[in-house]
Amino acid sequence: MDSDRNSAAQPDVDISVLRESASAGGSPRHWRGLDELADTPEFQNFKENEFPHGATDTESKLDRRELMKVMAASAAFAGLTGCTKLPTEKIVPYVKQPEQIVPGKALFYASAVTLSGVATGVLVESHMARPTKIEGNPDHPGSLGASDAFSQASVLGLYDPDRSQAEIHDGRIGSWAEFQQELSSALGQEKGSGGGGVRLLTGTVTSPTLGDQIGTFLKAYPSAKWVQYESVTRDNIREGAKLAFGEYANPVYHLDQAEVIVALDSDLLTSGPGSLRYAREFARKRRVEDTGSKMNRLYSVESTPTATGGMADHRLRLKASEVEGFARLLAREIGLSAVMAPAASPVIPSSWIPALVRDLKKYPGATLIVAGDQQPAIVHALAHAMNQALGNFGKTVHFTAPLEVAADNQWSNIGQLAADIRAGSVTTLLIVGSNPVYDAPADLDFKTIIPKVAFSARLGLYEDETSALCHWHVPAAHELESWGDARGYDGTVSVIQPLIAPLYGGKSELDFLAVLNGQAKSSHDIVQGYWQAQRTSVPRFDAFWEKTLRDGVVADSALPVKQLMVKAGIGSDAPAATAQGLEIVFRPDRTIYDGRFANNGWLQELPKPLTLLTWDSVAMVSPKTSERLGVKSETAVELKYMGRTIVAPVWVMPGHADESVTVFLGYGRTKAGRVGTSAGFDAGWIRPLATPWIGAGLEVNKTGDKWALASTQTQSTMEGREPIRIATLDQYQKEPTFAQTDAQTNPLSLYPEVKYEGNAWGMAVDLNACTGCGGCVVACQAENNISVVGKKEVRIGRHMHWIRIDRYYEGGVDDPGTYHEPVMCQHCEDAPCEVVCPVAATVHSDEGLNEMIYNRCVGTRYCSNNCPYKVRRFNFYLYSDWDTPSLFGMRNPNVSVRSRGVMEKCSYCVQRINAVKIDAEKQDRPIKDGEIVTACQQSCPSEAIVFGNINDPDSAVSKLKAKNRNYKLLEELNTRPRTSYLAKLRNPNPEIEKAAVV
Amino acid sequence: MADSPTNKLAAEEIMNAPILGPGHDFASVTDKISAIVLTKRTPLWWIVGFLISFALTSVLMVAVTVILVYGVGVWGIQIPVGWGFAIINFVWWIGIGHAGTLISAILLLLRQQWRTSINRFAEAMTIFAVSCAGLFPLLHMGRPWLGYWLFPYPDTMKLWPNFRSPLVWDAFAVSTYATVSLLFWFIGLIPDFATLRDRARNRPAKIIYGLLSMGWRGSAVHWERHETASLLLAGLATPLVLSVHTIVSFDFAFGIVPGWHATIFPPYFVAGAIYAGFAMVLTLAIPIRRVFHLEDFITIRHLDNMGKVLLATGLIVGYGYMMEAFMAYYSGNVYERFMIINRMTGTYAPLYWMLIACNIVTPQFLWFRKVRAKIGALFTIAMVVNLGMWLERFVIVVTSLHRDFLPSSWGTYIPTRWDFATFFGTIGMFLLLVFLFIRYLPLISIFEMRTLVASEEEKKAANV
Amino acid sequence: MAQIFHHSTNTIARVSIYGAVILIGILGYAANVVNQTSYVTEVHNALPQPVPFSHKHHVAELGLDCRYCHTSVEVSSSAGMPPTQTCMTCHSQIWTNAQILEPVRASYRDSTPISWTRVNALPDFVYFNHSIHIAKGVGCTTCHGPVGEMNITWRENTLYMRWCLDCHMAPQKYLRPKSEVFNAFYKAPSDQETLGNQLMIDYKVKKLTDCTTCHR
Repeated sequence: MDSDRNSAAQPDVDISVLRESASAGGSPRHWRGLDELADTPEFQNFKENEFPHGATDTESKLDRRELMKVMAASAAFAGLTGCTKLPTEKIVPYVKQPEQIVPGKALFYASAVTLSGVATGVLVESHMARPTKIEGNPDHPGSLGASDAFSQASVLGLYDPDRSQAEIHDGRIGSWAEFQQELSSALGQEKGSGGGGVRLLTGTVTSPTLGDQIGTFLKAYPSAKWVQYESVTRDNIREGAKLAFGEYANPVYHLDQAEVIVALDSDLLTSGPGSLRYAREFARKRRVEDTGSKMNRLYSVESTPTATGGMADHRLRLKASEVEGFARLLAREIGLSAVMAPAASPVIPSSWIPALVRDLKKYPGATLIVAGDQQPAIVHALAHAMNQALGNFGKTVHFTAPLEVAADNQWSNIGQLAADIRAGSVTTLLIVGSNPVYDAPADLDFKTIIPKVAFSARLGLYEDETSALCHWHVPAAHELESWGDARGYDGTVSVIQPLIAPLYGGKSELDFLAVLNGQAKSSHDIVQGYWQAQRTSVPRFDAFWEKTLRDGVVADSALPVKQLMVKAGIGSDAPAATAQGLEIVFRPDRTIYDGRFANNGWLQELPKPLTLLTWDSVAMVSPKTSERLGVKSETAVELKYMGRTIVAPVWVMPGHADESVTVFLGYGRTKAGRVGTSAGFDAGWIRPLATPWIGAGLEVNKTGDKWALASTQTQSTMEGREPIRIATLDQYQKEPTFAQTDAQTNPLSLYPEVKYEGNAWGMAVDLNACTGCGGCVVACQAENNISVVGKKEVRIGRHMHWIRIDRYYEGGVDDPGTYHEPVMCQHCEDAPCEVVCPVAATVHSDEGLNEMIYNRCVGTRYCSNNCPYKVRRFNFYLYSDWDTPSLFGMRNPNVSVRSRGVMEKCSYCVQRINAVKIDAEKQDRPIKDGEIVTACQQSCPSEAIVFGNINDPDSAVSKLKAKNRNYKLLEELNTRPRTSYLAKLRNPNPEIEKAAVV
Repeated sequence: MADSPTNKLAAEEIMNAPILGPGHDFASVTDKISAIVLTKRTPLWWIVGFLISFALTSVLMVAVTVILVYGVGVWGIQIPVGWGFAIINFVWWIGIGHAGTLISAILLLLRQQWRTSINRFAEAMTIFAVSCAGLFPLLHMGRPWLGYWLFPYPDTMKLWPNFRSPLVWDAFAVSTYATVSLLFWFIGLIPDFATLRDRARNRPAKIIYGLLSMGWRGSAVHWERHETASLLLAGLATPLVLSVHTIVSFDFAFGIVPGWHATIFPPYFVAGAIYAGFAMVLTLAIPIRRVFHLEDFITIRHLDNMGKVLLATGLIVGYGYMMEAFMAYYSGNVYERFMIINRMTGTYAPLYWMLIACNIVTPQFLWFRKVRAKIGALFTIAMVVNLGMWLERFVIVVTSLHRDFLPSSWGTYIPTRWDFATFFGTIGMFLLLVFLFIRYLPLISIFEMRTLVASEEEKKAANV
Repeated sequence: MAQIFHHSTNTIARVSIYGAVILIGILGYAANVVNQTSYVTEVHNALPQPVPFSHKHHVAELGLDCRYCHTSVEVSSSAGMPPTQTCMTCHSQIWTNAQILEPVRASYRDSTPISWTRVNALPDFVYFNHSIHIAKGVGCTTCHGPVGEMNITWRENTLYMRWCLDCHMAPQKYLRPKSEVFNAFYKAPSDQETLGNQLMIDYKVKKLTDCTTCHR
């Protein structure tokens, strides 16, 4: 077990294995193939030893079939030069055309996408009944129209060719009917004992309907047990509330009310339920219209740098285990005298806490203290206590009943389950969704105990680690294929409706439960039935139901506010002694979460915020600690914790707490699929039940190997150039035009002025709002059919993203300021790329778009060389997958799929511009401001990106560009970009600022 | 003609270095040169050399196939470094070509007699170099099969190429250059083909050379027309020596990339081209002279002169480098300054200093006549300069691109095996052509050498 | 010295030299001609169809409106191909047992779609939108030709980019009143230019030649 868990870092080279994997990987042009090849450990080493920068494993695939395919593809695109005939096509119309469906017109359906059970409302774009794109649902409180990377990427998840496609019975193809029989017979035997030996294992369930179904099941089998388990558990939040209020509760924050926010190791802006809404509310409180405007102030105390920490006006670096100490000191200073001071108080600049408290006291009832999901319960309790003391209850934070149907301590339950199985008291194990063999605490060792169960069945999207060990595997239906419902961050219920019949004949969770309950009803009837029972009051249910499906949310289903009082004496017990030795912190991965998205190419290749790493997980250490350990980035080290070891690559992370190592969950999967298998290392392997998040006593030893990592940005400093212009709020008030330059105020040009009548498209990006979450990157990828290229290619510098989020550090390497800047094609009016293209494949439109015409491009790459922003992307190989049929359905039919050898880049979503223009023309009306929304803009939770007509002085974008913070990237080059940026402002606390070094 | 300035100088400098060894009459000259071609026995060294270059050429063929099948991705190029070996080699080869045209055209117009014995294979070298260069613009494209879109023709799309793009000018410049050089070379060969036809013993040879000589009978009319044609073509070729590499330099100078965007590029590219070209001529001349015992035809004086040209152009190139550095400093432009500092201290700094050593330091030895007279030394220097000029193009293309404006998009270019395969492959192809040339064509212009015999005799007469 | 070549060689040489030049010219011209033949452009090729559907019959003789079958032409990029249902609206009543209609009935019976052969094809990287052309007074027959005379449908125009641009650069040459757009037998007036220019103003027709108008 140890060995294969660790397989990602076996140092010895085996060429034969490499060759196998090469042939298995198939064509080099398939991102799956590429990646599979690039990430086998053999290849890792082979690459390091032989030819460090790869791209030369081609001859292993030089077979005739390949050649023909590539030639065919090339020929196809060489076509239409006048002497090539088009292939004869067929037109296959419907026999009976469904209503609504109009060929060439997209339809949008409201639904929801869940993560760890919590729903985010979405609108799904569907072409000819094929879901192609996810947008946020403006009517959903948790989305407000924004969407995150996970929900964006769920489309790819739906079409993933690696999803399981058949019932598997002990390794052989089974059938649904057969399964039902065996299941009922298994349950039949349990009947006598009232289901004493039955265990139902699910993820967190917030779905009222599913909860109801499970309830019915548990009624039938009273002694059966239901276990909810998430590897990325929110136990601490639940337990924190219990500690504070004596009952489980769900905190809901209102950042739009908060002037001062203190994040205790919390990444509330970019992860966790409600983060989309929180980011928006936060950003709105930082909109600086003019020098008169105010800004909220964010203090962040954290160990692992997060996007939230990056947005903070003051960031305090503490070991995760020291945050409790900080919380206690803060609580005492606030006036909670009962709170005991920590045994050893962490090193905090003397000015910090007093200044912070003064700041908090300045705004009674308008401040907020948030504890991070990974912080122990006590910190949450203290946060609640402090919020109460500061009068924030009911203003910046309110509480509701838990979102979960049955809130409980998941980690103790999973421990209990493992114990029961060991004890042999479990005879029937039904796993719905969760993947304990991979992500349960390693010391529970599910891999060996699951086979002990007499009858085990698993409903899952993939035939993964857990399915492989169960007697039965049942393919699950994707959320976009199934009926259901789920609660949002504030309890609002969304109904999940299918966009397409299960591609691979999967069964939804409700179907599965229906079988358990021996119901013959369809999942649709179950959901509808449930709500009919709930909403007996509504006069016309079908009207209500229709409205619900149209809006995507069940009207007034948000959980009611609970009036709670913090129990006296919180924190009066003796604080836990801070453990000695090197600290280890576990975190969910920012792009593949707990590993459930491991097979999603979009998320694998999405650069993780701050590190901009792709395809890999790392062990993060601070520069100081790295020096002490004598390691640097890409050094392979052996992490030894609680007697288990794992080999991991080091990443030296500026701003990370010293003497602390952060590892990320979700990688090192052994049965994830073509994309995810054996990418990265499995941090879960050294994550025991005892310490889910923070532990001490980690040992780090160098293995002597190098572990190649693929980050999309290698240079972290601005080199004295000012791509991002930064000032503090009062600097800005003193000098409002600090971001402006001569080049901007009086531009000179040898070119004759070009007048743009009619529409002139432009974009403004407010750097003050951008959190660097990366949602826009995936949104763009989904909208524009952007290919995934694989780790090897990213490492060479060939990633294809049209929009990238640059990250710069400023200040000392130990604790620098972090700044994000989304960069897409700037659509220069005097574009350097256009002059140099020999075939005029990139030219300017009447509306000022810098157009890139793929089918005219011959691929000299001169334009990219001459682009000062380096936003152009080149198809060095045939990156687009032209062979996997399941992926064809996913593509946006309004954007060309690029072939090998052509340049591509951001088009300002010209397909959306044209669609709106055509509609407007047909209705003979002008285009309304905000009618055209680019994909990045639409997904952005913090409304950092605004697009529109700069010829219209009243358009939102013109108004932004008129602001004195507005500046253009590299404007001294006089390229006249249509995209401009609004300078970044910080709002530091003067008291702390003058103490600290800027 | 005897009183042309260089002759005077030469007379003082290298008394015992005529441009044609003593004791040669028309017959001996003709015999000596044509014998090389018409001999039955193919020397062993030739076969060996031929096979080696043939092997290298096959490497090129494999590389080309791989590139066409999989795309330019097999090279190390990426974003930001979109151009790699392909463009480097292209500029390098084109540069090398220039010497040939210079010698055959300009020196012809300037009536520099010493050029006579070297112009034939200098021209040959030009053509071979240009054909190597010509491969790259096509190969480096993402979709080479659409390369013809660079030329204006009435297409079904109602589109024209973008005449503002230096790459389009390139397409014209290079193709013109190739055509003119080829014509010039062939015209020059006609009388010698005739000689070979007349002297060939076996029939096939007679027929082949006969066809090539296009019915040359050596009549006064033929000679008269031949002379006019050569002069015309020389006149046509002369501006090309300047224009072609000027346009090639525009590929860079028209870009806004720091390190490319400089007005000094055209002159110093042209100088660089001639520099590289003469280096290559020497690289070929010295061994050929040796193996064919042509010391009488390619005399110490030729080598000496070429050494001087090398030194002169080398100094111009050196000036170019200094100016680049100075302008970067003087501009006060943050990007320019960074560019030059990055060249000297950045990732590719070693290559930059190697380039300085090869192109500026080494040629300084040529100040000394002793060095110029020492064949071995001359040959070594020539080789070093060849390398140096390749490095120059590497520094210009790669170091400028890999760290341009936005630090976020900086990257590093590492060539792959296919980069090297294409590079050495073209060297192989070049040598292959050279070997074929020296075996089957008169590598020194027989008829022009005869005129030298005449002038030498005049001189003798004058001295007596 | 013996002659290597017969003196006729001189003539041969001359002929071959001039000949080569001329030949190249001829070949170039020929290629150009061939490129315009219907073999390459597929113009006026009536392609075989599963059912020998006659536009002539339905449009000219029965006077069906284009939109009866091509329903989405006014609202969507695609004009829409009629589902079998549409055929059966009539053919469940008339010609109910005509042999040639068997595929249609079969399709309806076992709900297997009819797969027609595409006549007017554009490459995938061209994004053509029917609705906007209709809205701006471009008649069906302007591009699709005299559909009313086609027994078996053929492609009337090359649909090459050059052809598209011909209209996009000078719409006035082709525009017609909106009332006439679906008229399959519309004849342009003698003073089309003046009419066209007037319509360009009335319908706010622009000369769209931006690449992204059609390519994205």
